[in-house]
Parts: sequence; structure tokens; C-alpha cells
Amino acid sequence: MQTFKLGGVHPPENKLSAEEVVETLALPKQVIVPLGQHLGAPATAVVNRGDEVKVGQLIAKSSGFISANIHSPVSGKVFKIDDVYDASGFRKPSIIINVAGDEWLESIDRSEDICADIKLNQKEIVDKLNEMGIVGLGGAAFPSYVKLMVPDGKKVDYLLINGVECEPYLTSDHRLMMEKGEEMLIGATILMKGLNTNKAMIGIENNKPDAIEHLTRLATKYKGISVHSLKVKYPQGGEKQLIKALTGREVPSGKLPLEVGCVVNNVGTAFAVYEAVQKNKPLFERVVTITGKSIKKPSNFLVRIGTPIKELIEAANGIPENTGKIISGGPMMGKAVLNDDIPVVKGTSGILLMPDTEAKRREINTCIRCSKCVSVCPMGLEPFLLSKASMLAKFDIVEKELVMDCIECGSCSYTCPSNIPLLDYIRLGKNKVGQIIRNRNQK
Amino acid sequence: MNEVLIYAVGSLGAIGIVAAVILFFVAQKFKVYEDPRIDEVEEALPSANCGGCGYAGCRAFAEGMVKAGNMEGFNCPVGGADVMQQVASILGLVADVTEPMIAVIRCNGSLLNSPKKVEYDGIATCASASVLYAGDGGCSFGCLGLADCVVSCDFDAIHMNPETGLPEVNNNCTACGACVKACPRDIIELRNVGKKERRIFVSCINEEKGAPAKKNCTVACIGCSKCFNVCPFEAIEMKNNRAYIDYDKCKLCRKCVPVCPTDAIHEINFPLKKLIVKEEKAVETSAETVSAKTPATEKQDEVNKTEES
Repeated sequence: MQTFKLGGVHPPENKLSAEEVVETLALPKQVIVPLGQHLGAPATAVVNRGDEVKVGQLIAKSSGFISANIHSPVSGKVFKIDDVYDASGFRKPSIIINVAGDEWLESIDRSEDICADIKLNQKEIVDKLNEMGIVGLGGAAFPSYVKLMVPDGKKVDYLLINGVECEPYLTSDHRLMMEKGEEMLIGATILMKGLNTNKAMIGIENNKPDAIEHLTRLATKYKGISVHSLKVKYPQGGEKQLIKALTGREVPSGKLPLEVGCVVNNVGTAFAVYEAVQKNKPLFERVVTITGKSIKKPSNFLVRIGTPIKELIEAANGIPENTGKIISGGPMMGKAVLNDDIPVVKGTSGILLMPDTEAKRREINTCIRCSKCVSVCPMGLEPFLLSKASMLAKFDIVEKELVMDCIECGSCSYTCPSNIPLLDYIRLGKNKVGQIIRNRNQK
Repeated sequence: MNEVLIYAVGSLGAIGIVAAVILFFVAQKFKVYEDPRIDEVEEALPSANCGGCGYAGCRAFAEGMVKAGNMEGFNCPVGGADVMQQVASILGLVADVTEPMIAVIRCNGSLLNSPKKVEYDGIATCASASVLYAGDGGCSFGCLGLADCVVSCDFDAIHMNPETGLPEVNNNCTACGACVKACPRDIIELRNVGKKERRIFVSCINEEKGAPAKKNCTVACIGCSKCFNVCPFEAIEMKNNRAYIDYDKCKLCRKCVPVCPTDAIHEINFPLKKLIVKEEKAVETSAETVSAKTPATEKQDEVNKTEES
């Protein structure tokens, strides 16, 4: 069975909503659409207070090379453009729209028919993805069109489609593969055309046998796409780990996957690409898992971007009394949010309500030098050293020990028998070293 | 027995004399000349090695000063004017006169003024919390209360007040600037100690507009410009929705203090009795000058405030 070699952990999977069919969430009364939903520069608003907007209309324009367009997820009136708390915990500029009706732009093809015929050429595909505001839906929300712009001299051997979903609890990608497999495969074919490659591999962990079987059957119709079953191991969904697991290639430190001829896209992204290119539909809705051990009805919803997460929690029969934390994302890499007014953004893959018994940090003890953190680090770093050096503000050591390679997967903190918050310190060190490097480059 | 002793002492003594002679010539040959004044200056410095002067410790500072041959820009914040005078007399120079400074906390978002909205359970350093979230009171400019400044202080001059959850500076402060560097939110500022240690400053650095700032903290600067308008010395600067008092221009007249609708302007070490009398007067005059704009309720608030104090 294929998997990546170095490190990794296997937390309890808890895929509570794996069998729940994706439902469409009712429209909220108001949506909050942050301008910075993607990696890179925030978009610039092109609507004003009081403007009428339709579903799919451009409301904020990409403001740089690494940036993305944002389209209205609802129809209605722009209530205001103001700073609102988002999942980062800070107030960020957002467009707030009061919902009225559900009037879509006429250019969007709303039929259920599957169009397999790809009419656009390579350049048109790249432009289309840029125009439709497609970003990576795995979590980092990197603008997808940038990934398709392969620099001269580089050749893409493989397109890797990430259906791993190694985060515990989350099932949105799983359900998408089960229900929209055909569309997703067409999306993958479009990406292959965009990258000018004829080989694509879909990696799925073997805790989703139904998805593996379903996609293997469908993939026989599509040339060059193969489905691979992977051994369950966290963080296999990490870009570099997936490349290692599927191709055996290793991305060098500080380099991009393109260096080893690979480009990785999430299954959700592949589906969004299909909708953008074949149906002319911008990215304004996505599948979000709402889950948690005490929640009454763990489910998967198709949600418009900007919907406050309290609507999702309502739809899953309300917030349980013993909730300790609301986490945007999964339990390993997700982030606790301030309150339930935070909107769903392009990068939100799930909302997890953690019971207070599990949400508390355990008592911190001293390091016993067991080196478990070293053995589980999927990047081959030494978490104990990085965290200690950050703690003592020795940022030159932190930089020399390659902190910038850390993917912040949290395996070290998860495995530490002394409950040391290793990743917290490493993240602090990474942040400081990032600043130091930026300052140095400016000089 | 005696013979053994004599041989031992004699031979060791001979080795010692030979070694001493060699060492003497070697020391002469490789002698490094060092200005003796460096030692003298170092002696006069407080040996705190805090780095507040910008040099790596007191000796480096002394070396720098002796080499430069003048005292322009050299200042030991710990020793202050006295030590610098002493150093100046050693070197036969004129000391660069600088006013003594002290660290000032420009946030009053205490537990009462800016109640907690969320619970932070990450690692207890401001540096970590500041990149993760806006702060438990919701203000993304205010004090995080995790005491990075207290840890950074070498002089036992800054402590957390458990009641307010804010740090407080005492007279041990030498203005070395370690806390200023440690604070990830730039809340701490070095200001001059002032006449009779009296100081007036705006205790808020929130750059948000009035409404959201006030929502999170009752004593936030809302950028209303009332203090700016009342200041006779043009010492107040309005920038990014907040007021800043330039301590070089401020004449400590206290006209700005009572007009602040949110009590964001703090005055320190002013006599209390005089304050009440003066403030009443000030309220009257300020109410007259701004009555056209001020709603009646706010005037009432100000009167209430004076009564309380």
C-alpha cells in the first residue's frame, strides 16, 4: 500500500458524516463576504453601498498576480462595506449583502446535464479560472490559475488530485467524490489540458473504499487518469506528502512541487474548475461539513460563501450545550473562531464543534527527550529543538533548522506525551523568521 | 629530607624566575594599548548591561564614547544626567543633555473597561497571541495582558496588576526600551518624565473609527478631535482616528483632560485637590466653547465625572 515514508500519525478518524448526502442549505438573510479569502493580496471591491447584485456577479476584483476575483453568492442589495471579524480573529474588510430572492446571472448554466466536451484551449482555461475566482479548496485557498502558469523550461509530468482528506471528522471531499465524481473527473481533464500533461493520479485514503471503487469505475472512461488507494496516515493531504506517496519524488526544501514536475489540486477544486469552465459558474458556493461528537445531526451542506456559520449549526439542530470550541477546519489544522457570526469563506472545509472535555489543553510537563516528535514530523524536522529555540528567541537557530519547511500539521503537538504545545512555539518562530527574511530581502 | 626540600624549592623558583622574565618580554612585545579612560568610564557607568544605550553592554558603550571623542548622541538611560556628567568630567567633554524618560503604557483596556469576550488558551506570550487573534476584549490594538513586557524588564520596573490585567510601570524604570521592543502591539512608549514627574498622555492607540473602538472598550480614543481643538499649544496631533500628545510641545496645562468624552487622556502625579477645582473651571470653559456641537447628555456626563472624582 502506498504512503509517504517520513513520520505521520493516525488520529481517530471520527468521520461521523461520511454517509450523509450533501444537502443545499437554505439562503441566509445576510451574507458577509470577506475581501481576503485567498492567499495573497485581498481583492478590491467594485460595488458600492446600495448596489443591487445578482448571484455570480463580480463584486471584488483581483488586485495582483496572486489574488482572486470574488463574486456575489446571493442576489440582493449591498448593505455596507465594513470591517468584520473573520476566522483569523481580526477585523477584515468585507462586503455585507442583504439577501432578496435568488436571481442568478443568465450566463450561468444551471442545468444538471454533464458536459464532457472541453471547448476552450489552454490559455482560455487559465483566463477562465482567473475570471471565475477559482482558488484551491483544500484549505490554503491559493489562486488556481497561478498553478496552471507553468514557467518556461519546466515540464509537468503529473497532475495529482488530492482526495485524501486526512483530517479527522471532515467528509466534504468524500461526499463530493461520491456524488459529483463524473464532473470532478472532467474538471481533472480540464486541468490536465491546462497544464499540458496527459497523466493524472487521484490519491484517496483507503478509509473511503466506496469512493475509491466509484472513481476507479468512472475513471476507466477518462484517458490518463488513474485512482490510487493510499494507506491512512495524517498528514497525507499535505502537498509534499501526497507527491511522495504517489510518485516517490521528494520536493526539495524551500521549493515548489513544480520542481519535481507535479501540480497538486484538491478534488473540490477540480469540481469548481468543471463548473467554471463548462457551466460558466464562478466560485460562490462550496461543500462544508458540520460535525462534532455531541452535535445531533452531523451533515454536509452545499453553502453559499459568506453564510454565517451559525446558520450551519442551526441546520444541524443547534449548538450542543457542552461545546467548548468552534473550530473552522479539522481538529488538527483548524482554527478556533471567536463566535458563530464568522462567515464561511472559500477555504472553509468544515466546522467542528468540540465538546469542552476535549477542547481543553492538558497540563504541560517537561520534555522527557523521548524524540517522538522527531519521529512523527513528516518534514523531517526536529520540533523539540525548533520550539525550544523559539521559546528562547534564538531565531537564527530556528531559521537554520529550516522552520520555514514546517507545514504546521500539528503531528508533534498531537504525539507529545508531555503535552508541550510544540506547534504553538514553532508557529511563533516561523512567523518571526518570516519577518526577518522579508526584512532582509527588502534591504 | 632537607636536601629534597631545598632542591624542590630551588628548581621551582628557578623555573618561576625564567618564566617571569620570558613573560615580561612577551608582554612588552605584544602589548595592546588601551585608553585607560575606558576603564574609568566603565567604572562610572551603572553596569546594568541592559543595552538601552544601543551598545552591547556598558564596556562597549564606554569604548564607543572614548573613541568618538565627543558625547553627542551618547546617553545612558539608566544612569541619567548624573552619570553622564560624571563621564563628561572624566573625558573632559560636555555631556549631551537629555531629559529623563520613562515607559508609559498607552492602553487602559482593563478587565472592567474592555470585558473579556473570548478565552485564549494558547501559549502565554503576547508575541504568540498577537499573531493569532485580536485580543480577548476584541480590540486588535490593545494590551493582550500576557506580560511579555514584564519578562523583558531587567530592573523590576514593570508589573502586571491582577485587578486590571494591565502592566504598570514604577519608578525603577530606566527607559532602557526593552519593554518597548518586547510589546508586539507598540503600546509602550518612552516619554519624558516631565516637571515634578507630571505627565499627560493619550492612553489608547486604537486606529479604528469611533463606533467599533467604543464598542470594544469604554475608554478608547474615538478620534473626536475635542482635545485637538482645545489645545492652546498645538501639541496634539490627530492621525488614524486617534489623538497623540507630543510631549515636547505639551505644557501640561491639562485643558485636554476634561474635554475627552471617553476619559482616554490620562494625567499622572497632579495634585488631587487642585485638580477638582481646576477641572470644574475647565469643564465650564470647554462646555462653552464646544456647546454648539456637544449634546446635552455628554455635558451631563462630564459634570458627573467631576463629581465622582
